[in-house]
Amino acid sequence: MNGVHDMGGQHGLGAIVPEPEGDPFHAAWQARIHALTLASPTRGNIDAGRHQRENIPGATYLAMTYYERWFEGLCQMLLTGGFITPAELATGMADLATPPATPRLIAADVSAALARQGSYIRQIAAEPAFCVGNRVRTRNLNPVDHTRLPRYARGRVGVITRYRGNHVFPDSHAHGGGEDPQPLYSVCFSARELWGPAASLNDTISLDLWEPYLEHA
Amino acid sequence: MALRVKALESLVVEKGLVDPAALDAIVDFYQNKVGPRNGARVVAKAWTDPAFRSRLLADATAAIGELGYTGGQGEHMVAVENGPGVHNLVVCTLCSCYPWPVLGLPPVWYKSNAYRSRAVIDPRGVLAEFGTALDAQTQVQVWDSTAEIRYLVIPERPTGTQDFDEAQLAALVTRDGMIGTARL
Repeated sequence: MNGVHDMGGQHGLGAIVPEPEGDPFHAAWQARIHALTLASPTRGNIDAGRHQRENIPGATYLAMTYYERWFEGLCQMLLTGGFITPAELATGMADLATPPATPRLIAADVSAALARQGSYIRQIAAEPAFCVGNRVRTRNLNPVDHTRLPRYARGRVGVITRYRGNHVFPDSHAHGGGEDPQPLYSVCFSARELWGPAASLNDTISLDLWEPYLEHA
Repeated sequence: MALRVKALESLVVEKGLVDPAALDAIVDFYQNKVGPRNGARVVAKAWTDPAFRSRLLADATAAIGELGYTGGQGEHMVAVENGPGVHNLVVCTLCSCYPWPVLGLPPVWYKSNAYRSRAVIDPRGVLAEFGTALDAQTQVQVWDSTAEIRYLVIPERPTGTQDFDEAQLAALVTRDGMIGTARL
């Protein structure tokens, strides 16, 4: 979707404020919403989670801090997944008519769960359509739902620099369409291809793009 | 926000959806057990152990896994190496993808609208704001983390450190150096 979350290349979004290394959280509630999201029964489809946050109305999204978006995204996931009702969320009181659930993640399993090495790579029968060195053009796609092809890199010519295996395809996975694994490539674009003649001659921007985003140039 | 989060936590705990002790354990993990010191160890080892460096550049997920750094947001790691005339910078323009097992959770600026918007169109301006000046000949390679690949920048080893051991070298490696906004 062409949402405000797709920020690459926008101007006027404020100043960057460096910060020293240290506690990644700046308030206790930030740590709690982060943990709540990871422990939630809705966890498991990272693409659906991202899309929930993208669905926050644009003006609201821009005004929110990072973990406020996580809070909003988690509330929506819990509601749409049927884990809580709007009335429960509004009142903070559990509906006593529903039987208690069993937590997906218990404390004793946390360390192992967080260190577990998953993979988004899947085997598929089809061979990748592109080879390292191929020139490709990104398609001019403007889906209303989830995609990982940013606007700034649509309709542009780049070079395949690496085939990364066949990865779960977010455009499908975010919407209950299954994993639909597709070949994933690193594609390198010159800064001038993306940003025009004022950009530095030497600089490049690389993106990881799935095959359905690409065509031969 | 603190009250709203507390209310949501109470609700999901009461409903049996979440174990409150698991929340405590997750918070402890990301506050105290992972962070940029993990990545610094990877970098220092790459500087001192040529065979490890080769494995890191060929298959960073496996090489980083040798040091025990695995888990979510580190499933598919790629190491990109700075060198004479090449500087790497990592961003996620669409959300805030970041290699948690080696760098921990990202700083606020990495997740900010400002960094996400500017790193791809004006990387040199962003670098300058971090005090990192590059000459025009140096190639800036920006990596936008649009998939589940997570990038770790291997900074250039500072000069005058020939006699440093791995631990001394790791102490020189900064989080921003491994994102690419700083040089060491």
